Amino acid sequence: MTATVQKVVPEPDRDLVAPTPPRQRGDDLAAWLFLAPYLVLFAAFVLAPIVLGLWISLHSWDFTLPGKPFVGLDNYRDLFRSGSTTFEPFWNSMRATGIFTLFSVPLLIVIPLAVALVMNANFRGRNVFRTVYFAPYVLGVAVVGVMWRFLLDRNIGAVNSYLDAIGLPGDTAWLSSVPPAWIALVGVTIWWTLGFNAVIYIAGLQEIPRELYDAARVDGAGAWSAFWHVTLPGLRPVTMFVTLITIIASANMFGQSFIMTNGAPGRQTQTAIFWIAETGLQNFQMGEAAAASWILTLALMLLSVVVFGVFRARGAMEAS
Amino acid sequence: MTATGRFVRYTILIVLTALFVSPLVFALATSFKTSQQAVQTPPSWWPNPFSTQAYQRIFDSADTPVFRWFLNSLVAATANAALVVATSALAAYALARLQFRGKKLVFGLIVATLFVPPVILVIPNYEIVGRLYWLDTLLAIIVPTAAGAFGVFFLRQFFIGLPRELEESAFLDGANRWQVFSRIVLPLSRPALATLALLAFLTNWNDFLWPVYVLFSPENQTLQAGLSTLQSANSVRYDLLMAGAVVASVPVLILYGFAQRFVIEGVSRSGLKG
Repeated sequence: MTATVQKVVPEPDRDLVAPTPPRQRGDDLAAWLFLAPYLVLFAAFVLAPIVLGLWISLHSWDFTLPGKPFVGLDNYRDLFRSGSTTFEPFWNSMRATGIFTLFSVPLLIVIPLAVALVMNANFRGRNVFRTVYFAPYVLGVAVVGVMWRFLLDRNIGAVNSYLDAIGLPGDTAWLSSVPPAWIALVGVTIWWTLGFNAVIYIAGLQEIPRELYDAARVDGAGAWSAFWHVTLPGLRPVTMFVTLITIIASANMFGQSFIMTNGAPGRQTQTAIFWIAETGLQNFQMGEAAAASWILTLALMLLSVVVFGVFRARGAMEAS
Repeated sequence: MTATGRFVRYTILIVLTALFVSPLVFALATSFKTSQQAVQTPPSWWPNPFSTQAYQRIFDSADTPVFRWFLNSLVAATANAALVVATSALAAYALARLQFRGKKLVFGLIVATLFVPPVILVIPNYEIVGRLYWLDTLLAIIVPTAAGAFGVFFLRQFFIGLPRELEESAFLDGANRWQVFSRIVLPLSRPALATLALLAFLTNWNDFLWPVYVLFSPENQTLQAGLSTLQSANSVRYDLLMAGAVVASVPVLILYGFAQRFVIEGVSRSGLKG
């Protein structure tokens, strides 16, 4: 970080156009002093790790051993070479993350939107319902996971017991067989985070000007048509935001799998970040884990760019 | 709204409420059951006899010192929230109000990291925290997560929205940057600072992956990491697990009950900016 104080170049033009508050001249030093505490944290725990992670990925890096030999791109090559020790478990975990993301993201875009639409009116108790729906989100994933592991227990769990009582199969192994484990993991994640996405949608719905709905009604649009032509386009920026954060959250899913299934059956529900954490922080194969986290990150960034592009393209289509 | 419409709306809302509330009530009830009753089928909704056995057991056990975990979580989340609010407020003020060289670069760099998935930081941060000799200490839970960019954004947005007039007249009266910040901007920003503090506290209290791997000793766990220890030590003692889950959720639920408006508004505003 630069600690040198530089002289402010006077910018008479700018000062003429937009009169800025007095005492601008002392700003350089003051600004860096204000920024310093945060920037120290930011440099040490965000910027440095990004570079260090890349560096670690080029080594056979064990935190507990003094020697950390340079291996070039071997860690990356191994992750892509079938038959290497890391290939199978890594891609298995990427597959698990992929399956989870594929099912949880669409549901977490659509269901919270539906809930937000039901909530988007003035009715008695509205804030109470909103508070209740959001509540699970303030519980940590460990609490949610432990609780649902109990409810979904194959033998003594309440879920199987009630399914049995209404005549449905009551012995599903929710946490140790697939696909039930996927239904459990996705379902619990929806239960946990539905309120979070819904709250963001509700705020977005309130930003849509009432006049647009009035105009649509004047044009003879019914509720369904108003939804397609006013609500959805008006929500586009919010929907894109929800989609992006949900993809990132789903692709980083760890706790549900760690607590509820512990990867079972076999390693089928072990997610990518679970494998990365286990490999890097428990088995201390940090080079392999760092390389894997770069691959996961690049995949995620690519996906984000695609999502961004799709929303942009749809926006352009409707604007034309 | 028609009567049918209202009926449909309330039916949906009440069914959803039941889905959200009943698991929590059931977990709470189970925590007051005896170990045998906790695993009875069909499940009962009322503990009979009412027992605090599970709580006594988890509070007394040396391998799972739940009360100690509770204190650890409280200290870590409070310290983290204070650190986040202090550093973010200072930085956000500079980015919102001061003109300086390199502002675009600093802001751009901070923006860019918002799109970096957290997974990329886990392995190298372990190495860094290890080099600082912070492994297995609460410092590892308090400090690194305070480097997130959310607080800076959140407060910068709020500061930009404040009316400039008060600040300007204070300058004319001879106040310096620090005085304007501490005596005018901060008092005006109390709701935003409280919201950020709450969100930081909740996030830190609930953080899971990081504490699971950086804390090892039983007495140094946070509640969330401890729950997984509790689970591996007592895999089918659901009375104990539910008691642990209740201890881990009651503080955040109380906090949420008092301040839910701040929490919800803080979250919903994040979407409007995105």
